[in-house]
Amino acid sequence: MRPFIYSRAADAPDAVRNAEAKQAHYLAGGTTLIDLMKLDVIRPDTLVDINPLRASLSKIELSGDRLTIGAFATMAEVAADETVRTAFPVIAQSLELAASPQIRNMATLGGNVLQRTRCTYFRDASYPCNKRAPGSGCSALHGVTRTHAVLGVSEHCIATYPGDFAQALIALDAQVELQGRAGSKTIPFKDLHRQPGDQPQIETSLESGDLITGFIIEGGPFKRSKYLKIRDRESYEFALSSVAIALTLDGDVAKDIRIALGGMATVPWRAVDAEKMLRGKPLSDAGIVEAATTAFAGARTTPNNEYKVRLGRQAIVRALREVRAMEI
Amino acid sequence: MSDPGGKGSASLSRRTFVSAAATIPVLAQSGGASAQKTPAVDPRAPLPISFKVNGEVRTANLDVRTSLLDALRETIGLTGTKKGCDHGQCGACTVLVNGRRVLSCLTLAVTIHDQDVTTIEGLAKGEQLHPMQQAFMEQDAFQCGYCTPGQIMSAVACVKEGHANSDTEIREYMSGNICRCAAYPNIVAAINQAKAATLSEG
Repeated sequence: MRPFIYSRAADAPDAVRNAEAKQAHYLAGGTTLIDLMKLDVIRPDTLVDINPLRASLSKIELSGDRLTIGAFATMAEVAADETVRTAFPVIAQSLELAASPQIRNMATLGGNVLQRTRCTYFRDASYPCNKRAPGSGCSALHGVTRTHAVLGVSEHCIATYPGDFAQALIALDAQVELQGRAGSKTIPFKDLHRQPGDQPQIETSLESGDLITGFIIEGGPFKRSKYLKIRDRESYEFALSSVAIALTLDGDVAKDIRIALGGMATVPWRAVDAEKMLRGKPLSDAGIVEAATTAFAGARTTPNNEYKVRLGRQAIVRALREVRAMEI
Repeated sequence: MSDPGGKGSASLSRRTFVSAAATIPVLAQSGGASAQKTPAVDPRAPLPISFKVNGEVRTANLDVRTSLLDALRETIGLTGTKKGCDHGQCGACTVLVNGRRVLSCLTLAVTIHDQDVTTIEGLAKGEQLHPMQQAFMEQDAFQCGYCTPGQIMSAVACVKEGHANSDTEIREYMSGNICRCAAYPNIVAAINQAKAATLSEG
């Protein structure tokens, strides 16, 4: 690991000030950052330890239809929270089905949404990688791509966004609260991540020094919701395919329907076209299958990952059927 | 040769010989002549830290890159906690920080300033083993033993978190600890055996 300057922030404005250095990174749980620093993939000049902010920015609160969660709440805390478990099961499940108990104790929500891809070529500094070293090429395109993305890809990068919690957030139209150089602001969560395009090294719309302080979900509760995760191992493994669903039924009509896909895309992915096909209509098996097919209409596959289209379709079908059958 | 009790003896062991022979790092000097009012911070300069390990306050001056795992094993000499993967993927390095199970390989020691760390060495009360340690022995819950300290620390926390109510739940909530010897069925049995006593022990 390369040497770095370590500083500890007292509060959010202090953190933003301390992050003046160009290669400064915020350190919270460290479960992504320390891992990638050991691999020489991330090389900060300065680490700003923002753990002192945990106490003031970890609150989980449901006020009317508005759920707010501080960015420093840990995955474990939020997954175990009774309000979240009963009123927003898709959120609780997206967290408890991720990582391991130890990692969930360390990892904050703010860090979780900013986790980096698991692409083996990104993580191995000896390989050309347009994300890690812009312009050097994409080693994955003609390499082993079993876990790589089929949606939102470009010829410069096909690395999968591996997070689960982000799928619940994008499905529920969450907003993100930020503290930056110009003060605080709130942006839609769907605007946080950027598809690789021809600049895969730019993953988010965050500006230098921006600090995530909280998440807001409105229009709750979303009791009829679920996170389905399919992977090689039963537990402690990233998704090959995952689905976040939130459904509002009026009789058998899908009054509102949200579908997000994990393990499939380069960014958190809302299956907008699939939702359009189902919204306002009776939720039939035939309709579900048709919508699931539509969700992958724009997929661009490589030989190693073309299985994902079929797996992803079947995952959507299974998730929708299970959520439809839920006893609320 | 080595001292299995790890209580620190004066006798020569492989570990103490290698440590003594290694070059002692010299405190880095600040860069060349500086016209600034405040000297530039030297990223290689050790930082002082202080934290409790198994109830005892420990202080050290550490390179900021030092993981809690390395601080425990190399600086403090508590080698019960193991380095399996060093990347947070195996759980062998599991310790408790303020009672919560975490991965010490992904924790920078400097961030543990003023916190309470519990390692495998801190479970027993003198000669009396913790019920979980006793159960791991009675249920033959290890073969090579390398993952075992991490398994035991994780198991104690798993029970106290309230996640040991069934075999299925135990397997799910112990999934962060990998065992290449596949002692899993006996680990589950050991946790079932020790859970009541672990909860009442506090």
